[in-house]
Amino acid sequence: MEAALLVKKLRSQFAGPFELNLGMGMCAAITGSSGSGKSLFLRMIADLDPNEGEVWLNERERASMSAPAWRKQVTYVSAESGWWTDKVIEHFAVNRRSEVAALAARLGLRVDLLDAPIAQLSTGEKQRFSLIRAVLPDPPVLLLDEPTGPLDEESVVRVEALLRERMATGASILLVTHDPNQAERLGNQRYRMAAGHLEMP
Amino acid sequence: MNPILLTPLDISIAASLIILDAALSIWLKLRLHRQIAIAATRMVVQLVAIGYVLRFIFSLNNPAVTLLLVVVMMLVAAREVAARPERRFRGHTNLVIGFVSVGFATFVTAILALTTAIRPQPWFDPHYAIPLAGIILGNVLNSASLSLDSFLGSVHRERQAIEARLSLGEAYRQAIAPLVREAIRRGLLPIINQMSAAGIVTLPGIMTGQILAGLDPLEAVKYQILLMFLLSGGSGLSALVVSYLAAWRLTDQRQRLRLDRLSSRS
Repeated sequence: MEAALLVKKLRSQFAGPFELNLGMGMCAAITGSSGSGKSLFLRMIADLDPNEGEVWLNERERASMSAPAWRKQVTYVSAESGWWTDKVIEHFAVNRRSEVAALAARLGLRVDLLDAPIAQLSTGEKQRFSLIRAVLPDPPVLLLDEPTGPLDEESVVRVEALLRERMATGASILLVTHDPNQAERLGNQRYRMAAGHLEMP
Repeated sequence: MNPILLTPLDISIAASLIILDAALSIWLKLRLHRQIAIAATRMVVQLVAIGYVLRFIFSLNNPAVTLLLVVVMMLVAAREVAARPERRFRGHTNLVIGFVSVGFATFVTAILALTTAIRPQPWFDPHYAIPLAGIILGNVLNSASLSLDSFLGSVHRERQAIEARLSLGEAYRQAIAPLVREAIRRGLLPIINQMSAAGIVTLPGIMTGQILAGLDPLEAVKYQILLMFLLSGGSGLSALVVSYLAAWRLTDQRQRLRLDRLSSRS
């Protein structure tokens, strides 16, 4: 199996060391209790927190790329979405409105929400829009932190379908989830995080 | 026209107004009389002390001593800038950022004024350099601390938004820009208000002082206008420097948002 994302001796003062080998189009699902270091692990791979060790994407080492270039390819979606202007659509590239609308419809979001102020959105709506924001540029690796945490069952099904489709076209996903059933449904590899270390379940 | 010199008796008569304040406090149970007494005493002691210090330094007329006093004033101002914001950097970063921004803005504007507009002989004559540096410092200190407070507060509030942008591959510079802009704006507002109100709502202190000292009102006005320009320039510079330094200090070579460099106590 060719590794799309390869993690070697990745550690920080709070968690690790981690080893991970994620194939192209594969999903590694990580479960574990709150505070065990799941989010920290994803943030370290995205280089959002200080860390040591190596991360490789398709045979290219992270250190050989600028941090923004790396994050464009290995994109982290946090459990709590962040927004920096008033309206939803202003967080997307201007020329991609129709694609955003199509994805929104697939995830069960009303299209008129595109022009709504962020403040009017529910947590679940914001979570789905932040996922759309991340998948739109088609990054080869997605680091998803509880992407369906605040969603109802029907929306979960829609999000999972979208993620499967992305995997079929070659995207690799590292998924943190509280739901063991979701880990089973999506994860080709499954891990448990305990006290800052990855374990096989 | 010579200034009318005050005698100790003149001042004692005015001091009876402080007694009036204290009496009011006792009568209305404001419980402020202690504070009034302490503040009034501090004011008198501090001002008399600085009067003697200035007289001494003027008599020395030594550029090194003048510079030393100005640097000490800047350090005190930097401490204020460092202490006021609700959120702070760990260690001495606040103080360093405060000193660099306040010192840079004050030096640039004061030297510009001394060498091009006021032009005493020599240009570093302490009679001019020290009061000018003092006025500029007071304003610049205000701008710098407002900017720093605004920046650190908003970074903390907007953490999710900034990191969302970083996660999508935006440069730190881009993700932090709106906060830097807002911080600089915040630092510039007081001087803008001060300029708009000058002469209508308030008679600025320097002008009033010069008129009381016997200067022709129009000459005093010219001084005040010059000073306002200096203060606005100084405010702008210090707000700019403090905001960019703080933004730069909150990131690293991998363009992360390093909130771990802020102290945990709020």
